[in-house]
Amino acid sequence: MKTFIKTTLAAAATLLVSTAALADITIGASLSLTGPGSGLGIPMSNGLKMWPATIGGEKVKLIILDDATDPTKGVQNARRLVSEDKVDVLVGSGVTPVAIAMSEVAAESKTVQLALSPIGLPPGKDAWSFRLPQSNGVMANAMVGHMVKHGVKSVGFLGYTDAYGEQWLQALTPLLEKNGIKLLATERFARADTSVTAQALKLTAANPDAMIVVASGSGAAMPQLGLVERGFKGKFYQTHAAASKDLMRVGGKAVEGTYVTSGPVVVAEQLPDSHPSKALGVKFNADYEKIHGPGTRNQFGAHGYDTALMLEKVVPIALKKGKPGTPEFRAAIKEALETTPALAVSHGVLDYTPTDHWGYRPDTGVVMKVVNGEWKLEP
Amino acid sequence: MDFTIASILGLDGVTNGAIYALVAIALVLVFAVTRIVFIPQGEYVAFGALTMALLQNGQVPGTVWLLLLMAGLAAVLDGAQALRERWPLTRTLRTLASTLALPTTAALLTFWLAPGKPPLLLQAALTLALVTPMGPLVYRLAYRSLADSSVLVLLIVSVGVHFALTGLGLLFFGAEGFRNTPFWDQRFSMGALTVTGQTLIIFAASAALILALFVFFDRTLTGKALRATSVNRTGARLMGISTDGAGSLSFTMAAFIGTLSGLLIGPSTTIYYDSGFLIGLKGFVAAVFAGLTSFPLALAGAVGVGLIESFGSFWASSFKEVIVFTAILPVLLWRSFVDVDHEEH
Repeated sequence: MKTFIKTTLAAAATLLVSTAALADITIGASLSLTGPGSGLGIPMSNGLKMWPATIGGEKVKLIILDDATDPTKGVQNARRLVSEDKVDVLVGSGVTPVAIAMSEVAAESKTVQLALSPIGLPPGKDAWSFRLPQSNGVMANAMVGHMVKHGVKSVGFLGYTDAYGEQWLQALTPLLEKNGIKLLATERFARADTSVTAQALKLTAANPDAMIVVASGSGAAMPQLGLVERGFKGKFYQTHAAASKDLMRVGGKAVEGTYVTSGPVVVAEQLPDSHPSKALGVKFNADYEKIHGPGTRNQFGAHGYDTALMLEKVVPIALKKGKPGTPEFRAAIKEALETTPALAVSHGVLDYTPTDHWGYRPDTGVVMKVVNGEWKLEP
Repeated sequence: MDFTIASILGLDGVTNGAIYALVAIALVLVFAVTRIVFIPQGEYVAFGALTMALLQNGQVPGTVWLLLLMAGLAAVLDGAQALRERWPLTRTLRTLASTLALPTTAALLTFWLAPGKPPLLLQAALTLALVTPMGPLVYRLAYRSLADSSVLVLLIVSVGVHFALTGLGLLFFGAEGFRNTPFWDQRFSMGALTVTGQTLIIFAASAALILALFVFFDRTLTGKALRATSVNRTGARLMGISTDGAGSLSFTMAAFIGTLSGLLIGPSTTIYYDSGFLIGLKGFVAAVFAGLTSFPLALAGAVGVGLIESFGSFWASSFKEVIVFTAILPVLLWRSFVDVDHEEH
């Protein structure tokens, strides 16, 4: 039975591919729709589903595969998309370890990868990978800037044991040093932990002015609650992976007054009118909440949506150099991404160059405060 | 480290240990009676906590649909068996009724009560009524026809059931975590040590359950029948004990204990659809400590795991899980010396 289903599926897939091979633009995405990263992957795929039917006048065929938050599966998906579906652009994954694994395939097949997570790659390895989320450095910049403004002199760090926590620590350490803020204690935890009592004990003993919690989605509330329970009264900073309503849903009153770094899209309505992302962000929020209900807006959906905004700008340029489905077209997309200045998306303005595939200007991040369970933009 | 810190860590460890103990006891119970290493035990914990969370939001939890689906499948299997074995009509109807009655009642009650946000204790009772019947249904659907297979086959089936339940959990509860309202919000301060009402409830409920299990196995006929099955299946069957019934009963108890642990742990941490696995795994470490046979040793093992975890994360929080799961190695070594010829071939 199983093999029967498999063969049918494979046959159906081949059929789909063969009918769509004629000059349409094919975009292949691998997202974490299941597994621990599904909190990121599901809104991202919601964002992808908001794409227009045509980009740059060409019909778009979008294939979304599930990588189950597993790097091996992500690579398999990427290989399938590149070799079977002959995609013009790879999208994903939303989870750092998976996206890093996929970047190998992108480089090997010379296909542009639009990573939906801030992946850190050694120099030269990211020739074909472009990131859509802000680097942790850009966000750390906003966070530390806010600390300096509010007279924070010492901090404690409580972060995930995974790559996300590690990269934040690496981004923060030099910035904190430069601004004379002391990092008093560094503790780690995992999303599935049932308690952070031990870590909270050590951190509160160090008694810093502020705590930085590096975690994602609803997982970001538990460590903060643990610290509050141990009697920490200072400021709390959370990262952009925590910038969803789940923080308030799980955290309740204990997360009131928390500062959260974020891309501008979450508070698009509160941005000054001169901000280049305001109109795009407001439109995304309205469209997204029309489908998924009020208050559902988030960073991750916007990354998926931004991919289309970006492609709308670069595809017309690339079409002059080659037909979709050819290596020339794929190379032209890379070139167009690297040379088009100031690509405005709902998350800020991207300036990719041949040497910088992060794109965002260092002042892109904003700091928001939780006030009465809502986001308020910090000036 | 001074005494205050040690006592806070100790309390934290014993609290988590109490939850692991419940999981470990359920694992030992199921293994002793059916020889099934029941990996999905943790899933009941997650299902219990998440069902409760959705009830607290005034929503009808997805577990209702899962329960109805499982009951429906079991009824179809029963019907097929009745046709094949040409049961008389009354027996067929009786079997179908006993399969469907409890799940449908629980589901209907939930549909009726859930939107009105009933009081906390009623929510807890509803949660228990929704998740507990899944125990015998899981046994009926996944294990019963394989009950005489080797431990390895049963283990592989368990892995399959675990993946199925986790996937269904994602479907029904979504990817984000929930934290429940505590049953008792009181806090007691003893010097630097703060004991929450929830912690006391965890201790009291675990102790009561362990005591109840002790009485059940030692004093009641059904309990003795279960023990007899665990000692010798064939012998028990010759004495007129239904091994199917014993398996079904042990699964019901495991599901009940699992759901209860979910209700207990829900207010003290964020539970995700896949949180159950790690909790189950730690319970399993404790159960291995007991050689999957002894309840008191499983209890000791669970408290040990809780303490190792809590002190481990104080000294080296990055290596917490490494410390906990490495602790199983010396235990396995010790067990291999203690019971040499328990290996099944």
